[in-house]
Amino acid sequence: SQTVEHGFPHQPSALGYSPFLRLMAIGTRSGAIKLYGAPGVEFMGLHEENNTVMQIHFIPDQCQLVTLLDDNSLHLWSLRQHGGASELREEHRFTLKGPPGSPPSATQITAVLPHSSRDALYLGTESGSIFVVEVPSLQVLEDRTITSEAVLQRIPEDNCNRRSCELVEALREHPKNPDQILIGYSRGLIVLWDLQNNKVTHHFLGSQQLENLYWQRDGSKFISCHYDGSYTQWPVSSDNRQPEPLENTVPYGPFPCKAISKIYWQTTKNGLPYIIFQGGMPRASYGDRHSISVIHGSQQTAFDFTSRVIDFFIIFSSEPAAEFDDPSAMVVLAEEELVVIDLKTAGWPAVHPPYLASLHCSAITCSHHVSNIPLKLWERIISAGSKQNIHYSTMPWPIDGGTNIAPDPPQRDLLLTGHEDGTVRFWDASGVCLHLLYKLSTVRVFLTDADPNDNMNTLGEDEWPPLRKVGTFDPYSDDPRLGIQKIYLCKYSGYLAVAGTAGQVLVMELNDEDAEHTVDHAEADLLQDQEGYRWKGHEKLKTRDGPVRFEAGFQPFVLVQCQPPAVVTSLALHSEWKLVAFGTSHGFGLFDHQQKRLVFVKCTLHPSDQLALEGPLSRVKSLKKSLRQSFRRIRRSRVSSRKRRVGGGNASEVQEANAKFDQDALQEMELAPVQRKIEARSAEDSFTGFVRTLYFADTFLRDSSRHCPSLWAGTNGGTVYAFCLRVPPAERRMDEPVRAEQAKEIQLMHRAPVVGILVLDGRSTPLPEPLEVAHDLSKSPDMQGSHQLLVVSEEQFKVFTLPKVSSKLKLKLTALEGCRVRKVTVANFGSCKTDDYSENDLAVLTNLGDIQIISLPFLKLQIRYPCIRKEDVSGIASCVFTKYGQGFYLISPSEFERFSLSTKWLVEPRCIVDMPEVTSNNHVHNNSGVENAARKSRGPGKNSGDHGEDERKSGRLMEHALLNDEKVLKEIQSTLEGGR
Amino acid sequence: EFRRFSLERSKPGKFEEFYGLLQHVHKIPNVDVLVGYTDIHGDLLPINNDDNYHKAVSTANPLLRIFIQRKEDADYSAFGTDTLTRKKNVLSNVLRTDNHKKKPHIVISMPQDFRPVSSIIDVDILPETHRRVRLYKYGTDKPLGFYIRDGSSVRVTPHGLEKVPGIFISRLVPGGLAQSTGLLAVNDEVLEVNGIEVSGKSLDQVTDMMIANSRNLIITVRPANQRNNVVRNSRTSGSSGQSTESSLPSSTPNILGSLLQGEEESDEEDIVIEDSGEPQQIPKAAPTSESIESLSQIELLHESTQNGFLPSSEMNSSHSAGSISMEYEVPDPGHKSLEEDGTIITL
Repeated sequence: SQTVEHGFPHQPSALGYSPFLRLMAIGTRSGAIKLYGAPGVEFMGLHEENNTVMQIHFIPDQCQLVTLLDDNSLHLWSLRQHGGASELREEHRFTLKGPPGSPPSATQITAVLPHSSRDALYLGTESGSIFVVEVPSLQVLEDRTITSEAVLQRIPEDNCNRRSCELVEALREHPKNPDQILIGYSRGLIVLWDLQNNKVTHHFLGSQQLENLYWQRDGSKFISCHYDGSYTQWPVSSDNRQPEPLENTVPYGPFPCKAISKIYWQTTKNGLPYIIFQGGMPRASYGDRHSISVIHGSQQTAFDFTSRVIDFFIIFSSEPAAEFDDPSAMVVLAEEELVVIDLKTAGWPAVHPPYLASLHCSAITCSHHVSNIPLKLWERIISAGSKQNIHYSTMPWPIDGGTNIAPDPPQRDLLLTGHEDGTVRFWDASGVCLHLLYKLSTVRVFLTDADPNDNMNTLGEDEWPPLRKVGTFDPYSDDPRLGIQKIYLCKYSGYLAVAGTAGQVLVMELNDEDAEHTVDHAEADLLQDQEGYRWKGHEKLKTRDGPVRFEAGFQPFVLVQCQPPAVVTSLALHSEWKLVAFGTSHGFGLFDHQQKRLVFVKCTLHPSDQLALEGPLSRVKSLKKSLRQSFRRIRRSRVSSRKRRVGGGNASEVQEANAKFDQDALQEMELAPVQRKIEARSAEDSFTGFVRTLYFADTFLRDSSRHCPSLWAGTNGGTVYAFCLRVPPAERRMDEPVRAEQAKEIQLMHRAPVVGILVLDGRSTPLPEPLEVAHDLSKSPDMQGSHQLLVVSEEQFKVFTLPKVSSKLKLKLTALEGCRVRKVTVANFGSCKTDDYSENDLAVLTNLGDIQIISLPFLKLQIRYPCIRKEDVSGIASCVFTKYGQGFYLISPSEFERFSLSTKWLVEPRCIVDMPEVTSNNHVHNNSGVENAARKSRGPGKNSGDHGEDERKSGRLMEHALLNDEKVLKEIQSTLEGGR
Repeated sequence: EFRRFSLERSKPGKFEEFYGLLQHVHKIPNVDVLVGYTDIHGDLLPINNDDNYHKAVSTANPLLRIFIQRKEDADYSAFGTDTLTRKKNVLSNVLRTDNHKKKPHIVISMPQDFRPVSSIIDVDILPETHRRVRLYKYGTDKPLGFYIRDGSSVRVTPHGLEKVPGIFISRLVPGGLAQSTGLLAVNDEVLEVNGIEVSGKSLDQVTDMMIANSRNLIITVRPANQRNNVVRNSRTSGSSGQSTESSLPSSTPNILGSLLQGEEESDEEDIVIEDSGEPQQIPKAAPTSESIESLSQIELLHESTQNGFLPSSEMNSSHSAGSISMEYEVPDPGHKSLEEDGTIITL
C-alpha cells in the first residue's frame, strides 16, 4: 500500500493557514490538498476534478477549510476523527450559479472571505457582486448578496462610474467589528460595507489599480497595495466618510516598479511596525526577481527566492487580548520550496523545515536506501549535519498544530539521494517526515569552472534593493559531469563509495572533525590498450592538486577515475575486504582502497560496439544537431513561402503547392504507424558490454571444498563474469597484494541484461552483507551445504548450482507476461503476529510498474500488485526498495511516494487534530473580538451536539500527550485554566 | 515388377513386418525402398510407419495399390496431394526411373538432413481461420525480420460486433526469416505468442514476449488473406491433419503445451566457460523424466507436422537423434562470437 508522500508538492498553487489550528494547507495544480502541522501531522486530500487549487481558506475556529478550484467550484473539507485518528474529508462541493442568461464572469469567484461568525462565506466575483454562501451547507443566501448597484448608491457619481465596481480584488473583515467588511475593487475603489444596515459607510478613492488590502490590528487604519508598486495607508474613523490617504509610498521607486501583490502591516510593542510585502521591485533591473520585502524600522531586507512566490503568510500573536501583532515568523511558499524566516531573531535567519524538503534542489540522479542504521553512525551523521546547519535559526518549528500519534519508527533508516550538482543528501527516512540530516558535496575534490569563493550572499553595504538570497532550490549545475550516479554506504564501517557521470569513483570515510588532506588518485583504463577506439564523450574531471580542506563528515580519501570517463553504471563496496568495484559501459575494475592499488580491470566491450565507445554525449549532440537543423528547415520554408507570396503573382499557386506538401507530409505521418521491430538479440548489439551489476560474495567458485572471496559482474548482453579473489589476511593486509583471477564466464543464451546477481548459502538464504556477521547482526552463512547462484536478467530468473555451474531452476518472466525486470532486491518479510518468523523473497519492479514478490529459492511468483503507472518511466527508474519490504519512488521531481509491501513495517501518518479550546467561551479569534457575544448567543444550540464528543476527544488526546510531550502538556493546562 | 498378395485386413501387423514382407516378395532383401500407396482420391501417399500403414490398409477396397521405389532414385515430388491428377499417370511417372529415358537426377538430401526454418503446426486443433507458425531462429543467420503494430479488429461478441484492439504484423524485412517462410504476411493479426494470448497486452509487452521467445517463436495469426487456409473436410482427406486426428485423438490438445515444455528445456542452454577456458554447455542440474517425455512428444509432433512423411522407423530414430543434435548445436553461433572475442578465450 502507498503510505505517504515525502518531499515538496509538485506545482503548488495555493497556500492557507489557520492560526487557530496552527495548520498549514498547500494546494497543487493537480488538485491535491495537503495539510501540515507539527512534524508527523500530515493530511492529504485529492479533488476529483484534478483542477488547479486557486485559493484555500480555513473557516475561523473550525476544523474546516474551503478550497476554490480553477473551474470556479468551491469545496468544503473537514478534519474528522475516525478510528482514533483524524482524517481529511471532502464534505460538500458547490458551484456558484448566476441568474439565467448572465455571463460566466458574473459568478467567477475572485475573492473569498470566510466570516468569523463561521456561518458564511463572502464571495467576491468578477462582476463586482458579492455573494453570501452559508456554511457548512454551501447554499447561497440570495437576500444578502451585495450588488455593485447597492455599493454605487452611496458614492458620489462624479468620483466613479459603473466600471469602478468591476472585479472584487479583496475582501477583508474588520478586525474588531465583524459587521463591517472592506471591499476592494480592481480599479482602485475601496468601500467599507456595513452588513447590518446593508450600506456603504465609508469609501476610499484609490487612483491606482488595487492588488490587495490589509487591516491594522486595531481597525483604525488599513493598507492597500497597488499594481504600480506602491502601498497606501487609509484612516478609518467615524467622522470622515471619504478619507484621504495618510501616506502613499513606492518603496522601490522612483523608477517604475512591479506590482505589490500582497501586504502585511504588523504592529509591535516597540512601536515600529513590520511592513511585509510581496513584489514591488524596480521593473527594469529587478523585475525578474521573486521577492518578499520585510521592513522594520531601519532594517529592510528583500528576500530573494529562486522560484516564483506562490503565496506567503505571517505567524503572529493570535491571542485576541494581545495588543500587538508581534510577528514571529514568515512562511513563504515558493514554486519549488517552502521557506520560513524567523522574524524574532536578529538578522532574520531561515528556519530549517522538518518536512516539505525540496528533494530536487538539484535534480535527483540516483537514490540508495540503508535500513537499520547503528545508533553510533546515526549520531555521527547527525552531528556532522548539525555543523552544516549553524546558519539556521534555533526557533522551534512554528507550525505545530495537531498531535502525532503514530508509533515511533521501529528503526533508523537512511535514504541517500545523489544529485546532479555532485552532492549526496542524507535523509532521515525512518518516519513520516523525510528530514535532511546531512549534505555531502564531492565538488571540492575537483577543479571546476565555478569559483567556490563566489558567494552570492555577500552584497555590499550600499546595495539597493537589499536583496538576500534565501532557500536551497538551485537547479543549475555548474558541471553535469559532477552528477552522482551510484552510492553505496556500509553502515557498519562508515565507508561510503559514490560514483559519478564522468567515471569518478570516490571512497570516503566518516570523520568527526574538519581535516585537510590529499586525496589519493588512481586511473583505471578499462579499454586496456585496445586500439582504434576514440571516446567522443565528455572529458574526465580535473582533480585539485595538493591537500584539500574537508568539513566534518564523509571525507574522500581515494579517487579512481575510469578511462574513458563514461558514466559509472554499477558500484559495489566490500568494507571487510576493503575493496571497491565499479563498472561502466566499457568494463569493470576492482580497486584495493587499503593499499590504494588497482587490482585489475576487465574490458567487456564487444569490438563492434561503436556507440558505447563514442560515449553517450556524441549521440545527444547529434540529436540536438538534427533537431536544430529541422527547426531551421521549417523556419526557412516559412520565410521563403512568405517571401514568395509577397513577390509573386502566382501566389495562389504556391499556396496550393504548400498545402499539398503539408497534406503529403501529414499523410506520410499517418501512414507510418507506431511499430516495433521483432529481432533476436545478438552479441553485436550495442551496449552489450555495459556493466549492470557487481556483487561480492564469499562462496564456492572453484571447488566445493574451499570457498573464497569472489567478484561477480553482469552485463547488458547477458554475460556474467566471476573472479576469484585472494585477499591477504588482516595481519598481512598491507604487505601482500590482492589478487584476482577469472574463474567463470556465463553467457545467458537469451542475452538479456543481467540486473542482479546473488549467492544463496546452504540454507538457501542470501549471503549476509559484509561485516554484518562481525557485528552479530546476522547468522553466519551456511558453508556446509552447497551454494546456489541466482542470476536475474531483465527477462528471466535463473538458479545455478555452485561451484559447477548447472542450471537448476528458472522463471521466464518476459516470455510469459511480456514484462521486464527493472528493479530487484532481496526483501525480508517479517510477520506482524510473531517475531520469530521471517522469510526472504525477491521484490521485483517491472517495466509495467507492477511489483511482484518471488519466493526464494524456488522462484515462485507469490503476489503481484500494480504500483506505478507504466507510463511513468522516471517513477519506475527512481524506485528503491528497502531491505524490509518498503520502497520509494519519485512521483514528481520533488516528491517521493513511499509504499510498503510488508505488514510489519508500515510508515504512514497517524495524527489527531483537536479543536483547541473549542468549548471555552472566553477564547476569541484574533479578528473576531466584538462579534463574540453574537456568536455566543448563536453558538450553544448548534454546538451542544458535538460538545460531549469533543470533550472525550480531548480526554484521549491528553492521555497521549501526558505520556509524550511537555509542550502539549502545557497547552492542555492552559486549556483547562481557560475553561475555568 | 508386379506382385499381388493378400493381407488380413483385421490384423495388418506392424509396418516393419510389412516392409520385410515387401522385400521378401520382391526378393530385394538389402535394398532400401520407399513405399507408397494410392488413396481413394488417387493421391500417392507414403507408407513409412505403423499409422499410415494401418490407414492404407483400411482404405483398401478391396485392392490396395502399393508402389515401391528404390530409395536412391526415388522421386519425392511424386508424393502428396493431387499428385496423381497433376501428373496424369503416377504409374508411368514412378516407372520412368526404371526406363531408358533416365533424366539427370539431382541428388538432394533426405528431409531429415535439413534444418527446419519454419512450420505450420497444430492445424488439427486450431480453427481454420487461424494459423500457428513456428519460426526456428537458431541455426540461421537470417534475422527474424518483421515488425508489429497496434490496430483494431472486429470480433463477434454477445453484444454484437465489436471493435477491439489487436496486434498486427506491419512490415516484413526483405530477406528475413519471416518473409522467406511465406507463412506470415503484413496485416496478419497476431493472436498468441508461444501459447499466450496477446489480447489485453500492449504493443511493447508483445514485443518483449516475442523477443524473449525469439529463439523458438510460435505465433498464432489470423491471416489477412484467408484464401490459403488449410481446408479440412473429408473429401480432401489424406492430409496429415486428418491422419493425426485419427491416430492421436487424445494427445493432440496438449501438444503445444508439451512442445513449449520441451523447448523450454532445450532452446537455450547457457554457456559457461570455466577457468580451463573451454566453453561448455551448461548441463541440467537434475534431468527429469519430463524432458524425456517431451522428447517423445516432439517426435510425435514431427510426424504430424511433416506432411506425414517419415521414411522408416530406422530413419525415424535417426531423425529424432538429429533433432537432439540440432538442439545441441544451438550455442554454436554464441560459441563463435565468443571465439571472436579474443580476450575471453585467452584466460
